[in-house]
Amino acid sequence: MALAEDTNPMQGFKWVGSRPIRPDGFDKVTGRAKFGADLVLPGMLTGAVLRSPHAHAEIVSIDTSDAEAMPGVKSVVTGADFPEPYGKPAEQDVQRNVMAREKALYEGHVIAAVAALTREQARAALGAIKVTYKVLPHVMNVTEAMADSAVVIHDNMITKNVDPAPEAPSNVASRTVFDGGELDKGFAEADVVVEREFTTKPVHQGYIEPHAAVADTTPDGRSTVWCSSQGHFAMRTYTSNVLGWDASRLKVIPAEIGGGFGGKTVIYLEPLAVRLSQKAGRPVRIVMDRDEVFRASGPTSGASLRVKIGAKNDGTITAADVWMAFEAGAFAGSPVGAASMTALAPYKLENFKIEGFDVVVNKPKVAAYRAPGAPISSFGVESVLDEVATKVGMDPIDFRMHNAVEQGDTATYGPKFPVIGFKETLQAIKDHPNYTAELGPNQGRGVASGFWFNAGMNSTATVNINDDGTATVVTGSPDIGGSRASMALMAAEELGIDVVSIKPVVADTETVGFNDVTGGSRVTLATGAAVVEACRIIVADLKARAAKGWDIEADQVEWVDGRAQPIDGSQPAVSLAELAKNWGRTGGPISATYSHNARGVGAAFSTQVCDLEVDPDTGRVTVLRYLTAQDAGRAIHPSYVEGQLQGGVAQGIGWALNEEYIHNDDGVMENPGFLDYRIPVASDLPMIDTVIVEVPNPAHPYGVRGVGEVGIVPPLAAVANAVAAAADRRITDLPLSPVRILDAILNSED
Amino acid sequence: MTKIHVTSEINGDEVEFLTEPNVSLLNALRDEVGLTGVKEGCGTGDCGACSVLLNDELNAACLVFAPEADGAEILTVEGLSDGDHLHPLQQCFLEGAALQCGICTPGFLVAAKALLDKNPDPTETEIRYALAGNLCRCTGYDKIIRAVQDAAAQMQEA
Repeated sequence: MALAEDTNPMQGFKWVGSRPIRPDGFDKVTGRAKFGADLVLPGMLTGAVLRSPHAHAEIVSIDTSDAEAMPGVKSVVTGADFPEPYGKPAEQDVQRNVMAREKALYEGHVIAAVAALTREQARAALGAIKVTYKVLPHVMNVTEAMADSAVVIHDNMITKNVDPAPEAPSNVASRTVFDGGELDKGFAEADVVVEREFTTKPVHQGYIEPHAAVADTTPDGRSTVWCSSQGHFAMRTYTSNVLGWDASRLKVIPAEIGGGFGGKTVIYLEPLAVRLSQKAGRPVRIVMDRDEVFRASGPTSGASLRVKIGAKNDGTITAADVWMAFEAGAFAGSPVGAASMTALAPYKLENFKIEGFDVVVNKPKVAAYRAPGAPISSFGVESVLDEVATKVGMDPIDFRMHNAVEQGDTATYGPKFPVIGFKETLQAIKDHPNYTAELGPNQGRGVASGFWFNAGMNSTATVNINDDGTATVVTGSPDIGGSRASMALMAAEELGIDVVSIKPVVADTETVGFNDVTGGSRVTLATGAAVVEACRIIVADLKARAAKGWDIEADQVEWVDGRAQPIDGSQPAVSLAELAKNWGRTGGPISATYSHNARGVGAAFSTQVCDLEVDPDTGRVTVLRYLTAQDAGRAIHPSYVEGQLQGGVAQGIGWALNEEYIHNDDGVMENPGFLDYRIPVASDLPMIDTVIVEVPNPAHPYGVRGVGEVGIVPPLAAVANAVAAAADRRITDLPLSPVRILDAILNSED
Repeated sequence: MTKIHVTSEINGDEVEFLTEPNVSLLNALRDEVGLTGVKEGCGTGDCGACSVLLNDELNAACLVFAPEADGAEILTVEGLSDGDHLHPLQQCFLEGAALQCGICTPGFLVAAKALLDKNPDPTETEIRYALAGNLCRCTGYDKIIRAVQDAAAQMQEA
């Protein structure tokens, strides 16, 4: 295997830290890789979905008889084809989100689905389904939804965590509070206080591959489902729950996933495909159109925030008061909790209060989006910190350094921080030439930092040694950004064989033990640790087999560079390949499985600096330079770590500058396509410079921290702070589109 | 609806297929010809995942009616490599880690080939504008741009 240039394994490692070609790459550059929509089965039907045209409406009646009689139509399903909602509230929400029952709760909510011989026949049949709606008033943002006069979406929604509990239902699902010290005392100690209000709009994860599912339900009541997801075990759990089936009736096979960013940790099409297939007796494939992806799949929340921060003239933050209300979409469950936990986490604070509200509105149910909630709260906090730093006359990096948390400090969300690398990210920015690059007229520089958790959760890995001396590494964690490459590198490191001799596989729900979703920046960390431990069991086995052959104790054997050798050098070393070839005589096939609920996860920090220019005549922003420094703990495959850092930044720049859901007065989305919902394109961005900081996580065998998410936390504020510097005025509503910036320039008071 | 008989030269082979007149070239290539390396990201010409060369011109296959391809030469990602010998763009994308999920990769490779066919030594800005019709949500484009620069340099030397 050709190694890319700049192959420079870290000291003490042979493979970890190198940059081999990813094992799944060849299929992806030749068009061979099979994504969700690429599977074709004999006799397969095409499914299509009827969606509500109304933001909020009672479903009075649905008549599918004409549609069922149309040419080529083989099955039609509605809410009547699924069990009445049952179980925990969150489960009922998924059941109702996948298929509307009494009410349509947002434009795009599923009303019915059809399977037919061709795509055209399925679509024609949708038009023949007669639905009678009684249109209801709708609420589209937190201000409307929290008003006393607001129409209540769920008549059983009593706000949680309010004492005493309200008697009347409302659109506020819950309240979260984190606080410490005394706010009044803290603000009294401050020499400088800045208070601002902010708003953000819902934005979409924007994966390029639309959701897709294929189901083949057989007469024995079982179904095989192929889907593009971030976790096929979770898809099995959710889908069986919606169907009212035992999970074991479903076998879920992972397709390649064309981007997820959190938005493919949930189900939409799978239960529809299973039931359509069951009724038709044939396999069914459903693929969303792009407008369906926007209208009906997971954006993240729009939000309103108030942030008040006080500091002394020496730069010490004395108090912080944060109020946030997040749109959850049509069902409870915005990421306001995580936003609250992360909002102030990078800083040492005695006196603080963070209050958050989870608010339902008539929009699609939000789904996770890369560090869910944290970019929004960080936008408010890091924007205000920027102003505070300016007012006390400090450099923004020095100001953050002065207040930064380090090992042993208590986080605002409770626990003490273990070994972390936040200050190292600040220093890395300060030491980089970008930070002192000269700025011209109408140009500005903005700094922001961010924190995000690493998840651990459940992972299983099986390692099989093949008789030709190679190894197969089997996990159940879908690879969304290069994790097969990192699994192969870690296995190569442990086994001491060439990384090209490792074949990493993502196996289906019946072929490997349970794995939680690919999310929470957890796969290289938790599934990777399972791979390492399984390899260590293999190595112990190989050493024992070699010891037996030499008639010595296993503890007298060491494993060096893929070979067993007696510690005393009394025998020539024997390679993994030789041991594998002779397995029949030494105890049979060589295989090991390791399962765990990973503990001791690390914490991830990022600091970023953005240089940009604002065109005072048009309001258009051009990003000139962008630098991100992030603590990766240990970079297993540095190219894909850099890729995660750069990708998070690009999404964050889009969120800051361009992206937003636009709804008309009827609650109908007006920009459900990539032309009008504008994600950054190549000509919008400069190269994105990266510094990988490595402060190893002591809880991982190699020191890995999750790298997938925290990179999207700082960009919103970094960009906003740079715009404030360049335009000499602060705009607190995202996105910072040309129209909004120009309006601020033209209508400013000064 | 009566189907139309279409004959095209696809990736160097003469290929015949039947299509209804309102079917896009994207769907015909995927469903009738079996070339699923051509991806649908939007169906409205905004994402570039279905980029193909039609008579050497870059096109979004979702915006072309399949019958328009009659008599045309078509190149898809499946036709980029020469047997098991990868095109320099493919090799540079692999070595430069210029793909993450890979759904946009076929479109980028075809669009980049269209650029290098016409402009073998593009500047960074020219590459960025030539690829502005192709959306990638994973990489931030940095490594894609560098991979195209590397491929251009290699092809210039060759």
